[in-house]
Amino acid sequence: MVSLAVDITYFVTAFIFIYGLKQMSSPVTARGGIVIAGIAMVAATLITFGVPQIHLALDINMILMLAAIAAGSAVAYISAKRVAMTDMPQMIAMYNGMGGGAAAAIAAVELVKLSSSGESHGLVVQVLAVLGAVIGAVSFSGSGVAFAKLQGLMKKTMRLPFHQFINLGLFAAVCVTGFWIATGHPVSFDHVILFFILAIVLGVMVTLPIGGADMPVVISLFNALTGLAVAFEGFVLNNAAMIIAGTVVGSSGTLLTQLMAKAMNRSLANVLFSSFGSDGGAAVEEDIEGSMKEIQAQDAAIMMAYASNVIIIPGYGMAVAQAQHKLKELEDILESRGVNVKYAIHPVAGRMPGHMNVLLAEAGVEYDKIYDLEDINPQFPQADVALVIGANDVVNPVARSNPDSPIYGMPILDADKAQNTIVIKRGQGAGFSGIENHLFYADNTRMLYGDGQKAVGELISGVKQL
Amino acid sequence: MIEGFTALYIFMLSAFTGYEVISRVPVILHTPLMSGSNFVHGIVLVGAMIALGHAEGTLELAIGFFAVALGAGNAVGGYVATVRMLEMFKSSKGDK
Repeated sequence: MVSLAVDITYFVTAFIFIYGLKQMSSPVTARGGIVIAGIAMVAATLITFGVPQIHLALDINMILMLAAIAAGSAVAYISAKRVAMTDMPQMIAMYNGMGGGAAAAIAAVELVKLSSSGESHGLVVQVLAVLGAVIGAVSFSGSGVAFAKLQGLMKKTMRLPFHQFINLGLFAAVCVTGFWIATGHPVSFDHVILFFILAIVLGVMVTLPIGGADMPVVISLFNALTGLAVAFEGFVLNNAAMIIAGTVVGSSGTLLTQLMAKAMNRSLANVLFSSFGSDGGAAVEEDIEGSMKEIQAQDAAIMMAYASNVIIIPGYGMAVAQAQHKLKELEDILESRGVNVKYAIHPVAGRMPGHMNVLLAEAGVEYDKIYDLEDINPQFPQADVALVIGANDVVNPVARSNPDSPIYGMPILDADKAQNTIVIKRGQGAGFSGIENHLFYADNTRMLYGDGQKAVGELISGVKQL
Repeated sequence: MIEGFTALYIFMLSAFTGYEVISRVPVILHTPLMSGSNFVHGIVLVGAMIALGHAEGTLELAIGFFAVALGAGNAVGGYVATVRMLEMFKSSKGDK
């Protein structure tokens, strides 16, 4: 009777998860979708206390379980409530890493159990447990590295000599130990320990050399991988809700990863096996013509106030400076003077596709003023002013012109084709990828140095004075 | 019980479902969506609870505790982060 209730709840949960994800395809229903999925998650968690493997008594397992749920929930709740919107991508990476770690730990419990009892679950189950374990462990440690990088806790890219060969060796070692465990009868405890250490190190080593603009693709990939790991452990535990939810996330996450990689004109293999921005940057620096020309906020304000078309290109730097509300204010005041203002969003603006839209939505910018790359690029030649704020690599014309550049081929916003370009920038340094930006040296580009929020504030007061 | 090919069928159909569901999502919702799918694999919590539920011995209990704490973090963090992002989309729609 109880097991029937469990099965029914899991079935409904799986249905609601898919329905919830479907609801997310429109901004109007998206919130309802996640709320109903949340309710299903609570129901599935509660009904799980009724499965035969869990004894409904206040034994050590139950005490630990309740304590773990309380501790994990509390930490995640507080951190998720407090995190700034700009830091959302690394938090997603962290929560995703937790999921991967949980999947790997499930496998660890099952494999340790096999090694101590000397029993066998059969080849198929053990192979799936091992697959879920390695994918989960790689996602766990890899997401941790991604989090540390985006949070600024560690250097952007790190590379050992013969890095790819070391990774290849590690991967082979993980495969071998995994094979021993999967075919082990009984499973050797030492092999299990060695296997998990190798898998965790592999996750770190794979993520270390990846830097700069490639991070969102990697986080998305780890998200898909965690889904897959959850699905595999679902097979091991014979849990249909885990299999379905995990597989749905695995496939949708893979599609999302492909979309992101495509937006950056890079293949997944390229992202994973060549390090972005750590070399090559120096080579392109040399042949820059012209110089950076500074402009004062007052003059920039005049330029924009008497323009008829202005395109604003916000980047991550804008978000870091928390300038989105000021930007909206600038938009309003320009529009009151009859200036036509549009926003151009690069597919990877921010740290993830859609991240910038979230930040602009936070400031109350209307959807119909926000344009995608394909829609806005033909409009740049008609724009009197392109205002680049906190964006760098996504407006670097080198991506069109220099085949030696690491970002060559990446679609960019054609800010250089506007009549005038104003770049708001904190200092003269290079972008996230470390590549010099030729746009800054162009004849019709003027640099407005300063903190994003302050600079936009000066533009606003400049326009007001006219 | 889910046996052999039945499991494979579930896997295949779920994979196509995930692909289809996502393919209609507009770019503006990609980040909340990634966060949302991140929440959905928080169902790993259920598996972690089962693993801890039948864990025996100190090592298994410790790993099981670790699993449940991480799984709960995944589910709760994924949910709160997604809702926070989607709430903003709602309000900006309401302004119009």
